[in-house]
Amino acid sequence: MEELSISELPLGNLLSLPLWETVIIFALLVLLSWWAAGRLVAAVTAIGLGVMWMLRFQTFEIEKVPLDEWVEDSLNFLTDHFAFVTKGISKLTDVGIDYVIDGLMYFPPWLVILVFTFLAWRLAGRNVAFLTAVGLVFLWNLHLWKPTMETLTLVLFATFISVSIGVPLGVMAAISNTFYRIVMPILDFMQTMPAFVYLIPAIPFFGLGAVSAIFATVVFAVPPSIRFTCLGIKQVPAELIEAADAFGSTQTQKLLKLQLPLAVPTMMAGVNQTIMLALSMVVIAAMIGAGGLGGEVWKAIQRLKSGMGFEAGLAIVILAMILDRITQKIAKGHKV
Amino acid sequence: MDKIKITNISKIFGPQPALALQLLNQGLGKEEIFNQTGQAVGLANISFEVQEGEIMVVMGLSGSGKSTLLRCLNRLIDPSQGQVFIDGVDITTLDHEALLALRRQKFGMVFQHFALFPHRNILHNVEYGLEIQGMEVDKRREKARQSLKLVGLEGWEDAMPRQLSGGMQQRVGLARALAVEPDILLMDEAFSALDPLIRGDMQSELLQLQERVRKTIVFITHDLDEALNIGSRVVLMKDGKVVQIGTPEDIISQPADDYVKRFVENVDKSRVLTAHAVMVWPRLLASPQDEPAQVLANMAEENLSSLVVVNADQTLAGIVRMETLTQAIERGDKTLENSIEREVPTVTAKEPLKGLISILATWPLSLPVIDKQRKLLGIVVKGMILSALAKRGNH
Repeated sequence: MEELSISELPLGNLLSLPLWETVIIFALLVLLSWWAAGRLVAAVTAIGLGVMWMLRFQTFEIEKVPLDEWVEDSLNFLTDHFAFVTKGISKLTDVGIDYVIDGLMYFPPWLVILVFTFLAWRLAGRNVAFLTAVGLVFLWNLHLWKPTMETLTLVLFATFISVSIGVPLGVMAAISNTFYRIVMPILDFMQTMPAFVYLIPAIPFFGLGAVSAIFATVVFAVPPSIRFTCLGIKQVPAELIEAADAFGSTQTQKLLKLQLPLAVPTMMAGVNQTIMLALSMVVIAAMIGAGGLGGEVWKAIQRLKSGMGFEAGLAIVILAMILDRITQKIAKGHKV
Repeated sequence: MDKIKITNISKIFGPQPALALQLLNQGLGKEEIFNQTGQAVGLANISFEVQEGEIMVVMGLSGSGKSTLLRCLNRLIDPSQGQVFIDGVDITTLDHEALLALRRQKFGMVFQHFALFPHRNILHNVEYGLEIQGMEVDKRREKARQSLKLVGLEGWEDAMPRQLSGGMQQRVGLARALAVEPDILLMDEAFSALDPLIRGDMQSELLQLQERVRKTIVFITHDLDEALNIGSRVVLMKDGKVVQIGTPEDIISQPADDYVKRFVENVDKSRVLTAHAVMVWPRLLASPQDEPAQVLANMAEENLSSLVVVNADQTLAGIVRMETLTQAIERGDKTLENSIEREVPTVTAKEPLKGLISILATWPLSLPVIDKQRKLLGIVVKGMILSALAKRGNH
């Protein structure tokens, strides 16, 4: 609890001025708000200033809102009652991730590089294939092959989950105006909240490790999937929608035959954003034991080894470039 | 029965249509209603019918409500009041399911900017309506191909819309609408985005196509020339109201008010007025059994140099000239049979003046107007056309 007096607020000096000066300044403030924001705001300003004037020498106590306690209480409640479910999911996912990583590590790196290069060539053309080959060989040479594969797996898992959640929500936001108005502020909130904060509650639910990292990453990376899907669908020209309507299309037919196909390029841009955000979360997630390239960076920080940190950081950049170029090319290839 | 019947349709754009409708039904104008309620009147108490197989053109400038009216016919826009009957069924009461079924069965629609689906090739665009109906792939592809053939676009099935010129894209739009074999074709400024030469071609192609497919067509345009050229009848709209309904000739020859008159002034009347408007019944006729000397005497009396000859059943036999009659009398013929010039140019009552002028440029005699059974309807002579054009000009 703190003791506060209004005269201690920045406005305090103003409030202790002689009466006539105060009146002039108040009048100016009210006029300014009228000019800038209209009658209603001016009235609110006038009343607010008046109340402050009357309370100017009062001292009273403001109790802190116990927001932290509320959040913790509700999280505790959720942990007590639902953690066994999330822990179960966590175990399963962990096994899945391990299988993928083990699978990737089972083959010799040169073979994996060949496969990835071939995929890049088919999906995005010669230049990107070249970039992929050179980049991955370089990573192998840096002895960062295993953490790279771990990071890649984490990113792909997180992206897959984000897209699976994001596309249906994006479609709903595009169709229902009410849903749009509810979801958009939540997305703003999710994206503005520092990503670290998501790590804390992730641990009691999913335990230390990759799954918590994926959870935090998904929370951070799902908004662009939702936004871009919604945007892509809303961008479909009204005349085309009208044409589909004129032929008697149902809502579902319109969605599947017209809106979603036309939204694909925009949605791919969203996937691209999601992947980039997921990658940027990887280092942060390393703090809760996600491993991978982020883990290398984290180790380097703790031991103050700038060379090691640089290598791992560069590896993240290379991986990001490869994923970015491939998804971008896919998005462009779908342009209609 | 009327194919389409609209009774007392109004459309208000705004949050409280009931209020505006009340004022509208009290007889207030568009502007007063907007000033009082802040709501826009899109359509104000419109009624008309469209017959089966007719091309009904709705003509008006932008903001006249013509596109809104068109969309009320298949309820892409719901009218605020009034009924729309399609084949006698009031569609304003249909629920969503029934409405979708109606759109699938009865309507094809063609749009100003074509509205082709950019991610589908031409064939897949044309089959869209059939696909929506759930028709099997083979069957609907076959139908789509036929439809493309109808508009002269065979061989373009695999092209994408953006590879086609505007005129071709609109043919695809037309093929897409025709593929579902609709009773009614709604065309929303279908040719307005095309350049004038292509537009003219498309108009005549539409008319030729209509000869074969016989759809009921509602065609929206802002171009009076286009309206008069293709319309069986024309609805002229202004400010959400109907100004005049009539055949192109009615509109040209009896404009309802100054607004229509101003439009009509700029129209090329020789394309719109037809033989029907200028033909007259000949003062004198002959039959093949008449005696040449008698006919010649009658002609001299009426001061004519030639005469139309009709058979007993009023069908056209031909024309006789004064010179040939003189020769017949010298030969001693008892009837006109050998003097009739049977190969004469003829026209139907629908022939526009333009066509008449070009025929009469090389044909010095009167021009018989006949119907499908070759029955004589009247004749046209050069002077009548000029006087018709001159007379209607300063109406």
